[in-house]
Amino acid sequence: MEVKGKAIKYGNNIDTDVIIPARYLNTSDPAELAKHCMEDIDSGFVKKVRKGDIIVAGKNFGCGSSREHAPIAIKASGVSCIIAETFARIFYRNAINIGLPIIECPEAATGISEGDSLSIDFDRGTITDLTTGREYQSQPLPEFIQQIVAADGLINYVKQAIGNGR
Amino acid sequence: MGMTMTEKILAEHAGLKEVVPGQLIKVKVDMVLGNDITAPVAVREFDKIGVDRVFDVNRIAIVPDHFTPNKDIKSAEQVKMIKEFARKKGIVNYFEIGQMGVEHALLPEKGLVAPGDVVIGADSHTCTYGALGAFSTGVGSTDMAAGMATGEAWFKVPEAMRFVLKGSPGRWVSGKDVILHIIGMIGVDGALYRSMEFTGEGVRSLSMDSRFAMANMAVEAGAKNGIFDVDDRTVEYVKERSARPYKVYKADGDAEYAATYEIDLSAVKPTVAFPHLPENTRTIDGVGDVKIDQVVIGSCTNGRIEDMRTAAEILKGRKVHPEVRCIIIPATPAVWKQAMKEGLFDIFVDAGAAVSTPTCGPCLGGHMGILAKGERAVATTNRNFVGRMGDPESEVYLASPAVAAASAVAGRIASPDDLTE
Repeated sequence: MEVKGKAIKYGNNIDTDVIIPARYLNTSDPAELAKHCMEDIDSGFVKKVRKGDIIVAGKNFGCGSSREHAPIAIKASGVSCIIAETFARIFYRNAINIGLPIIECPEAATGISEGDSLSIDFDRGTITDLTTGREYQSQPLPEFIQQIVAADGLINYVKQAIGNGR
Repeated sequence: MGMTMTEKILAEHAGLKEVVPGQLIKVKVDMVLGNDITAPVAVREFDKIGVDRVFDVNRIAIVPDHFTPNKDIKSAEQVKMIKEFARKKGIVNYFEIGQMGVEHALLPEKGLVAPGDVVIGADSHTCTYGALGAFSTGVGSTDMAAGMATGEAWFKVPEAMRFVLKGSPGRWVSGKDVILHIIGMIGVDGALYRSMEFTGEGVRSLSMDSRFAMANMAVEAGAKNGIFDVDDRTVEYVKERSARPYKVYKADGDAEYAATYEIDLSAVKPTVAFPHLPENTRTIDGVGDVKIDQVVIGSCTNGRIEDMRTAAEILKGRKVHPEVRCIIIPATPAVWKQAMKEGLFDIFVDAGAAVSTPTCGPCLGGHMGILAKGERAVATTNRNFVGRMGDPESEVYLASPAVAAASAVAGRIASPDDLTE
């Protein structure tokens, strides 16, 4: 699988309250949540994000609340992947579980600039910055997690497991 | 190689003799939890799996505590949906308003979690039950859905950090100050993907309510879980509330830790986390002059009876500052009733504070105390992110019930020692 898009950059400790403020959590409709994505930290995000764009952030992305509405809002905004130095653990699980690709790659997270055109090859784990010509190699996902991703999320994975009589 | 508390619990629930950090395992869970924000998403995902039944009607808890009593029509619809799901599936532990309390105060109180359990909850503060010597951790709604269907969850075995507690805390210092001190020391990602294990003779000097407050905020250091040694106090707490058998796990003497910290409890001062991260801590003697508009005493961190008693001790015979709203929210009906019986509500109301029915409400900027632009609150809650309690330009200062109550009287961040008789 390959995705292409422009980099939208953020700093460290982007928490799930700024990704999707609790005042909008009285719904779980992805399109509705996407309208308010990143609102409290970047009110221009919803206008500037294009389908395929890639969020590039610092340490501890997605810290705070376990709300799955956060990766759901990002995915529904059209974002194709998040690259960060590190992810908060619940956000990491949630993104994998709902089929939003994420990559931990400190070199890429610091080397890529806002607006750079990026191309990501998930099979090889490579991130190419088409603007600067630099290539970054990330660690491949553990096999078990790859199986969840291949099943397009945890629900399908469980469904298959139950179907196979476990 | 020896194992930590967390490793032992995970190994046994995975049916393995031994586990090592980094290992991916599938474990049986003893309890699956969700609330009115996360459960609606979980219910939708559960229905996609295509199984009729939940794995065990006694091992799922659904607690509508965030936007309840329903704050608006959309919230009411969400609660209606999860209530119908609970009824249809025969889920025993659904808590209607009147029995509902803030989930992480309610579950231990009801005896639904015990030492040695594995608990997953679609709420990040599920790590609270580590105070009982359980492995408990926050997950998302999809994990909750899969857990309800299969009774299992996948985990990467975490490395552990050991916090060896010594001595006993001084006057006006509680577990909240200790955990804020630790987060200030290691940072909001200082324990990322790791387990925080609290041990040492100092544990004995901490009340259960202090331990709950500390385990509760392990997630604010990025931890997967926080866990305490089980002692007589834990056993007494559990015995009074649950008849269920449980198992106590102790770390091996040769267990490996990624880091070990010694914390002298007697040296910890009342501590306040400034906006907008829980790691921005200052001790009370260094807070400066910060005028405030609101105080919130409650939440899954500090809404227990000891917290109510501390607030009452300070508010007794005093008045809330005329320019401050002081909102006190006992976390569960049992805490509420006990506080009422002890006459604490007389003290609160005479002081000019408002007492609310149990709810998470203001902690996450839901309802029952939202901040306007530029307003500041001192709260006994757990997060002070941008916009957490209201307007993105409002501010939250995290503190203990003692500091929060003293601040309500002073109209600025204050220590109980700053107040005149």
